[in-house]
Amino acid sequence: MKKFLCAILFAPLLALASGTELRLDRAPDRANDMAALQNGAKVFVNYCLNCHSASYMRYNRLTDIGLSDAQIKDNLLFTAEKVGEPMKIAMQRADAKVWFGAAPPDLTVIARARASEFGSGADWLYTYLRTFYRDESRPTGWNNVVFENVGMPHVFWELQGDQALGADHKLKLTKPGKLKPQEFDAAVGDLVAYLKYMGEPMAEFRKHLGVIVLIFLAVFFVFAYALKREYWKDIH
Amino acid sequence: MFRGMLYGSYRKPRELIWVFGMIIFLCLMAEAFFGYLLPWGQMSYWGAQVIVNLFSAIPLIGPDLSLWLRGDYVVGDATLNRFFAFHVIAVPIVLLGLVSAHIIALHEVGSNNPDGIEIKKKKDANGIPLDGIPFHPYYSVKDIAGVVVFLFVFSIIVFFMPEFGGYFLEYNNFFPADPLVTPPHIAPVWYFTPYYSILRAVTYPLFGVDAKFWGVVAMGGAVMIFFLLPWLDRSPVKSIRYRGPLYKGFLAAFVISFFILGYLGMLGPTPLRTLVAQICSVIYFAFFLLMPIYSSLDKCQPEPDRVTSK
Repeated sequence: MKKFLCAILFAPLLALASGTELRLDRAPDRANDMAALQNGAKVFVNYCLNCHSASYMRYNRLTDIGLSDAQIKDNLLFTAEKVGEPMKIAMQRADAKVWFGAAPPDLTVIARARASEFGSGADWLYTYLRTFYRDESRPTGWNNVVFENVGMPHVFWELQGDQALGADHKLKLTKPGKLKPQEFDAAVGDLVAYLKYMGEPMAEFRKHLGVIVLIFLAVFFVFAYALKREYWKDIH
Repeated sequence: MFRGMLYGSYRKPRELIWVFGMIIFLCLMAEAFFGYLLPWGQMSYWGAQVIVNLFSAIPLIGPDLSLWLRGDYVVGDATLNRFFAFHVIAVPIVLLGLVSAHIIALHEVGSNNPDGIEIKKKKDANGIPLDGIPFHPYYSVKDIAGVVVFLFVFSIIVFFMPEFGGYFLEYNNFFPADPLVTPPHIAPVWYFTPYYSILRAVTYPLFGVDAKFWGVVAMGGAVMIFFLLPWLDRSPVKSIRYRGPLYKGFLAAFVISFFILGYLGMLGPTPLRTLVAQICSVIYFAFFLLMPIYSSLDKCQPEPDRVTSK
């Protein structure tokens, strides 16, 4: 009876909720995998940080993921002089708009911005970066399944190779790249893990702190409730 | 507020407390709205754009009024600066004053109780109400426990799900404000969606004035009508415990339509959704406007003399 009532109550709401479905692959969780995050940072600096900035992120924040200042300076510091500087790029936004049609967005919090009811931002990025295909009708020669008519060309074409979109709406590898499909997926997984980390560097710390805070509140509640009982026992 | 409605705490002699409380509610809405612009994301920007544009629907003075509120032809630097000042100084100071007034008004008449009866009618030899207990230490001690429960839930959200699936921090708001890119779907944050639904539900022009204006009137009216609650209610009893089926039915219909409106406010409009929102808006207003009739017709149970111990 209860189920029936629930069904009657919520059926009209379900009928009202509808929209286009977006199917995303699940991004692997590598939030605590320092090697993966470091590799992701390497991929990010080499492939993304030429057109995309991450101007709310400083290079030396990367000490969070186990890198030393010297390592950052020697391996990752391409667009700045000092490790304390933010990840900016030389390209002007106005120029970029003329060249690409839309200025490449800043990527600092992109993993949070791309979240939707279909999946997390990491899922979206993981799917997006792996679903570029050849489309000669586009000025760049590339199109994307998740982001239709995207302005960005396929930056990893050398690694992934060429894909074509079949009539059955499935992607097929037409020309292999430098990496095997599994290796490429792993590399993108690392990059996405890094982008997710960059969107909220404190995310792992806040979860640890949260456990401590909740334990304290739980203990405190025992005493607060005992005090209340003590005062209220004379009432009634 | 809902507890106040259940136990009739807005009724005579506590009208003034209710009115102060309502003004606090309005100020909190303003505080939330002003603060929402400050992150300067896409949703902040376009939300502010939509709300300020509501004022331009007022005939004659509308366009100039919204220009004056914004301080610019679009939401811009001037708007951001003044909203910041309102959010961190002006509205909080007003709130402090209102909270004081609220408490002073409460001290005049004392608190209500779940039975909705006046405890001051039965006093002991020293003139202290028989059924009353002092706020301190009883309620100060009880509230400490309550605050801890609140903080527990609050901490779970802050530490483990700060975005709350896009309801508390909207995903689109992580894109910086861009006056040239309008998001396809602008919805207010969850706590404003019922009123947003009512705004959109009004689709007929009336007396030669645009439907948009009447939508704004309906939305404003939906909030303001709470002010009239103490005078709309003609029931001989205050508390829901002794009310009859008529009032309970209307209240249930009101609560359900309120939640449906809130849900619809988060979605984009379609003809079916608009129709549902219109029906719910009618129920919403019927709860208030028909209250003088059904609350006096209702079959109520007798109130007890003393507070029942529950």
